[in-house]
Amino acid sequence: MLLLNASGCLDALTAPDVAARFDAFVTKTVTPEPREGNAPVRIAETDHGMLNSIGLANPGRVVFLGQTLPRLVRTVDVPIWVSVGGFSVRDYVETCEQLTRDDVACVELNLSCPNVDEAPESAGEIVRACRRMTAKPLYAKLSPHSWDMGETVRAVEDAGADGVTMINTLRGVALDTRLTTKLERGVGGYSGPALKPVALAAVFAARRVTALPIVAMGGVQDGRDALELIACGATHVALGTVLFADADAPSRVRAELIDEAHRAGFDHPEDAFGAAHETVAKLAN
Amino acid sequence: MSRPRRERRSVVGVEAVGPYVLVRVARGGLDPGAPGQFFMLEAPGRVLPRPMSLCLAPPGELGFLLDPIGPGTCALAELEPGDSIHVFGPLGNGFRLDVERPLLVGGGIGLAPLPYLSEALERPPAVLGFRSEWHAEAAALVPNAEVVIDPVLVTDAMPRDRAVLACGPEPMLEAVRALCPDAQLAWEAPMACGYGACYGCVVEIDGELKRLCVEGPVLCFS
Repeated sequence: MLLLNASGCLDALTAPDVAARFDAFVTKTVTPEPREGNAPVRIAETDHGMLNSIGLANPGRVVFLGQTLPRLVRTVDVPIWVSVGGFSVRDYVETCEQLTRDDVACVELNLSCPNVDEAPESAGEIVRACRRMTAKPLYAKLSPHSWDMGETVRAVEDAGADGVTMINTLRGVALDTRLTTKLERGVGGYSGPALKPVALAAVFAARRVTALPIVAMGGVQDGRDALELIACGATHVALGTVLFADADAPSRVRAELIDEAHRAGFDHPEDAFGAAHETVAKLAN
Repeated sequence: MSRPRRERRSVVGVEAVGPYVLVRVARGGLDPGAPGQFFMLEAPGRVLPRPMSLCLAPPGELGFLLDPIGPGTCALAELEPGDSIHVFGPLGNGFRLDVERPLLVGGGIGLAPLPYLSEALERPPAVLGFRSEWHAEAAALVPNAEVVIDPVLVTDAMPRDRAVLACGPEPMLEAVRALCPDAQLAWEAPMACGYGACYGCVVEIDGELKRLCVEGPVLCFS
C-alpha cells in the first residue's frame, strides 16, 4: 500500500519535508496553458469540510516541463506522479506525449475538477487517446458525481487505464451571513471529513467491478479512515484536506493505520483489503 | 529565518481586551519568529486551523489577539487555561525592521501584530483606528499610540514623513498605500494550510495574485 498526497493539496517545492513523508508525490494538475486560477475568495470552511475554488492554478505545460518538473526531481526523493488536466482530449494527449522523462513514475488524468469547465469528451475517450501516447502507468481520477461509479470505472478500464483514483471533490456552495456565496466563483469543490462515506461508497462500488489498483481519498483524517478505505477495496490511500490542518499527517496516519489494523484483528493494513465486501457476499449467498 | 514547528501547546490565559480576546499559550519549543509572521492555531471542533499573527511574546509564552466573529475564532475565544491546541509556526514573511523613523498603523483587529512589532522597533509612534471606544480599549496593547475613532480615519491622522508599517482591513491598507507607496503592509485572506500547499490564500493586488502565506502576509511594493 502506498500513501500519497491528493493532487492539489501539496506543493513539494514549498513543503519538501511534507512531500518526503509520502511514498509518492502527486503534482498539482498541469494544463497546456498557464492558469492563474480563479479569483479570490478561493476557500471557505464549512461545518464538516471545506470548499475550494483554486481552479487548477499552474504554470502551464511548457514551464512545468522545463522548470517545475526538473526542480521537483531535484527536490523530492520519492517517485513523482504528474496530474494532467485539460479542456479537450487533445490537451490531455499532448501533455501525455511530452511526459517522457523517466522521473515521471505515473500519469494521473484529472478528469473531474469541479472548478473548471469540463472537456466535452467522456472519461473513457480521454483515457483511450492518452493510452496510445504513453506507456507510463495511467490512472484516471474520477468524480464522485457519477450515479453509476461501476460503469465509469469499467469504461476507463476498457480504455486502457492502469488504475483509478477516487474521489475528487464534490460540488458545494457556502453562503455568508448576507446570503451571498463565500467563494467568488460561487460553486467550489467540497472536501474534508464529510466526504468519507461518499468515498467509501465510490471505492466499494469500484472494487465490485474491477481488479485495477485504486488510489482512494476523501475525508481521511486518521488511520482508521484509511483502513476503512482499504476495507472497501482501496489499494493505496491519499491524503488531502487533512494536510492543511496537519502537515505531520503522513507520518501520523501511517502509524495510526498500523495500530488500527491490529485493533481490527489484522496483522497488516493490507490484510484488511476488501474486508467490507464480505458482508455483502454473505447477504448475496 | 526560524524553522516552523507544530506543537501541542497548553493555553495559559484567555483575556478580554475590549471586544477582542487575547489567547496566551505556553511557548514550548516554538520560536516566536519575526513581527508580522503568523501561526496556524487549531480551532477546536473545526476542520481548518486559523492564521493568527503573533501579538505578544512574553518570556515562555506566545500571545494571539483575535476577534471572535466566526466559528473558528469563537472556538479559540472559548478556550480555557489548561486546554491545549496545536500551534504551527512561525510562518510567512514578517516586517522588515531595518527602517528609519518607523510609524505603526493599525485598523481594528489589524493591530494584532503591532505590540510585538512595537517592542522590536523600540516603541515607535503608532496611529490606531477603531470603530468604537470599546474596540479602542485594545490600543492599550500598543505603546505611544494615537487613537482615532470612526468616522476619523488613520489616514487623517498619519504623519507623512515616516516609514509606515501597517496592518488592517483592505480598504485601509489601500488608502495607506496611496499616501505612502513604500509602506510595508500586512494583508489578510482566508487561509487553509499556511505553508504554501493549497494556493487558497491569494489576494489580488494591482492585478496580480499573491499567495499570502508564502509571499506575504507582509508585502512591500517599492
